[in-house]
Amino acid sequence: MTATASARAGSGVNVPALVRHYAVLIMLVALFVVLSVSTSSFLTLTNLLNILNQNAPLAIIAVAGTLVVICGGFDLSTGAIFSVANVVAAWVALHLNSPVLGLIAAPLAGAALGLVNGVAITRLRIHSFLATLASSLVYAGLAVLITGGFLISVQATGFTALGRGGIGPVYYAIVILALFALLSGFLLNRTAFGRYVLSVGGNAEAAELSGIRVNRIKLYTFLYSGLAAGIAAAIGVSRIGTGQPQAGDGMQLLAIAAVILGGTSIYGGVGAIWRSVCGVYLLALIDNGFDILNANPFFKDLTTGVVILAAVALSVASKRR
Amino acid sequence: MEGATPAAAVTVRDLSVRFGSTQALDSVSVSLAEGEVHGLVGENGAGKSTLGKVVGGLYQPDSGELEVFGRPVHRWDTRRAQDAGVVIIAQELCLVPALTVAENVFLGRESRTFGVLHANLRARYRKLEEICGFGLPPDAPVETLPIADQQKVEIMRALAREARVIVMDEPTSSLTADESERLHEIMRWLRERGTTVVYVTHFLDDVLANCDRVTVMRDGRVIRTAEAAAETKAGLVEAMLGEPVDVLLPDLPPAPPPDTEPVAEMRDVRGDAVRGVSLRVRPGEIVGLAGLVGSGRTEIARALFGCDRIESGQVLFRGEPVTDASPRASIARGMAMIPEDRRAQGLVLQRPVLENVTLPHLGRFSRSGVLSRGSERAAVRELVERLGVRPAALDGDVSVYSGGNQQKVLFAKWLLGRPEFLILDEPTRGVDVGAKSRIYQLIVEVAAAGTGILLISSELEEVIGLSHRVHLVRGGAVVGEVPGPGTSVDEVLQRLFEVGQPQQSPSADETETGGRP
Repeated sequence: MTATASARAGSGVNVPALVRHYAVLIMLVALFVVLSVSTSSFLTLTNLLNILNQNAPLAIIAVAGTLVVICGGFDLSTGAIFSVANVVAAWVALHLNSPVLGLIAAPLAGAALGLVNGVAITRLRIHSFLATLASSLVYAGLAVLITGGFLISVQATGFTALGRGGIGPVYYAIVILALFALLSGFLLNRTAFGRYVLSVGGNAEAAELSGIRVNRIKLYTFLYSGLAAGIAAAIGVSRIGTGQPQAGDGMQLLAIAAVILGGTSIYGGVGAIWRSVCGVYLLALIDNGFDILNANPFFKDLTTGVVILAAVALSVASKRR
Repeated sequence: MEGATPAAAVTVRDLSVRFGSTQALDSVSVSLAEGEVHGLVGENGAGKSTLGKVVGGLYQPDSGELEVFGRPVHRWDTRRAQDAGVVIIAQELCLVPALTVAENVFLGRESRTFGVLHANLRARYRKLEEICGFGLPPDAPVETLPIADQQKVEIMRALAREARVIVMDEPTSSLTADESERLHEIMRWLRERGTTVVYVTHFLDDVLANCDRVTVMRDGRVIRTAEAAAETKAGLVEAMLGEPVDVLLPDLPPAPPPDTEPVAEMRDVRGDAVRGVSLRVRPGEIVGLAGLVGSGRTEIARALFGCDRIESGQVLFRGEPVTDASPRASIARGMAMIPEDRRAQGLVLQRPVLENVTLPHLGRFSRSGVLSRGSERAAVRELVERLGVRPAALDGDVSVYSGGNQQKVLFAKWLLGRPEFLILDEPTRGVDVGAKSRIYQLIVEVAAAGTGILLISSELEEVIGLSHRVHLVRGGAVVGEVPGPGTSVDEVLQRLFEVGQPQQSPSADETETGGRP
């Protein structure tokens, strides 16, 4: 890593960008080492797999959210989409008596709601921050409407296989996250679509003048974000076997925080998928560390908040060079 | 030097300002007397606005001295300038649209106790109104007023700050003839009160009629300062032009025969700031658009490329009427445009050279959406070498490239698509001499290969010397055509400035000369 760092610096690439790129990885590794040394219960296969598994749905949302932020947008509705998708999955599984259809329904519902976001943003020309803030309220209400405010419990055995099963000791959720992150990284770095996302976020006017359908690209990123929230919801609902109308509350903010921790510029145009995944697990380690160190949980949110603030400050500082 | 005037409000000595590779002001010395209206004239880019902005505190000089009311100043910004009684009214007015006239006038100068506003806003406004007598409605939101009235708000604001020097940067560019006349009255009234007015403009008649003294600028230097009464319009134009600058213009390829089918054509196109434009560009022909800044040159190009909506008229490409106007459709047909502002409109600065060059052509470098990075790199490498982009790294951070190399990256971006028709809007703005001559060569090479080119430039030598034909643009309309080679810059400038024509109101002028030349 230091080798690439010095090589890049030699060719005239700025140091702040490097700090922004690798800060999240450095913090993650440092915290990992501290926790490994200071407690015996951290560095065990079970604990690590549990951390990976528990945060996989959030990481999936953050991966897609990275594309949204790179494209110059914000998706504040992923938590609410998660809620709708998870009750839709439970409802379909219960009423159509098909666990498989239920689990398939979640990503479809998520994609549909993401599409609605995309259309609202591009057709009505509302800033994505406002549009998804509003749609998150609509979707949260929708989730409550579907369940009538109650939980939907699904007893069918197949329904929990996705969330609780795995390949050997590795949960399916981890496998799905790995595949989704690889696919998203490929989309961003190896396809024309990824280039368009980067250029629309970097300079929408230049992209438009280069013949790119700017609105369509933006719309796709929100569709993708909704799809990801739906996939995450399928995993989440399958894990507990119950559809909850409030299941996704707050996830959107954690996902955006993770993306920004990963150094993806809130101004768009630059960012990376893997760093957002690191961001999710940095937040997860802070959380896990407080638990296993028996630290005063009062400081948990405070610490998380300070870390996010520092990351944003770093992002802004490296932008104004 | 002009420092001889006894009561100098502002004196500048050996003032220099650099923007990147451009020397905007080059040891400028001028003295502005108390209670005079002082005109600043010059060609586009001569430095007149820059000088006004330095005096007003918007720009900081790199070197030189500034003296305000006999006191040398060292640190200078808008706040300090205001405290010293110097206020600039920028071309783009700086008012808060939703606040009322009175609130805007006293913005930042509210009387207050511990941050709580006093209820004396109206009383203060009335007092000021007694002095000015503009008769503006104090409670109307500024956004509801016409531009001319907004300008009065700016002037009242300047007076509320007890301004003794007011710099007006192109104040009449968006005013009707009537409104301009009223502004000139206000200038005379300000002069009677002992206020110094610096009048930056390119309307020479206005300068001669309303100024006490005129300073002519060229290439960032002061050519002369003289009594307005002693100047003539032709004399001013001559001083603004001076010796032609040494530019190595390449020979043009032969013009296509006049009966050649045009590749791009506009027929009486009207739209935003485009008032009935007809023009045709043939394959291999370079057609220039010459006009002053704000004349509508860029808007004509944007209408042609499909960026802005057309209200009436027709755009034709290879003889076929264009029905689906958009940049995307234009590019698909074989058009390309290098826009005026390369950083804001041309480049994605956060992305490397390679990605910027291939952006419009990714379909060619991908299969089912997956990029073939090898062929992409090979194609860009060849172009980067042919165009001499320095540094030649494909992954180089384009935001740190010099202006000339950024421009070459943009040429690479569009030449990669082998366009049949290319629009160049200010292709050499802010680039160094070496890059300039390379770009000139490129333009000629591209035309020789059969591409039709529409060339827009503020540098008249350039647009005349590089074009087979030059259209003169004023007020969003084509008002004349001259052949490129052989036409003198002087003649074009005279016609753009309407020397020797009776002065007309801009609106009347437009309807009279609109349409075909």
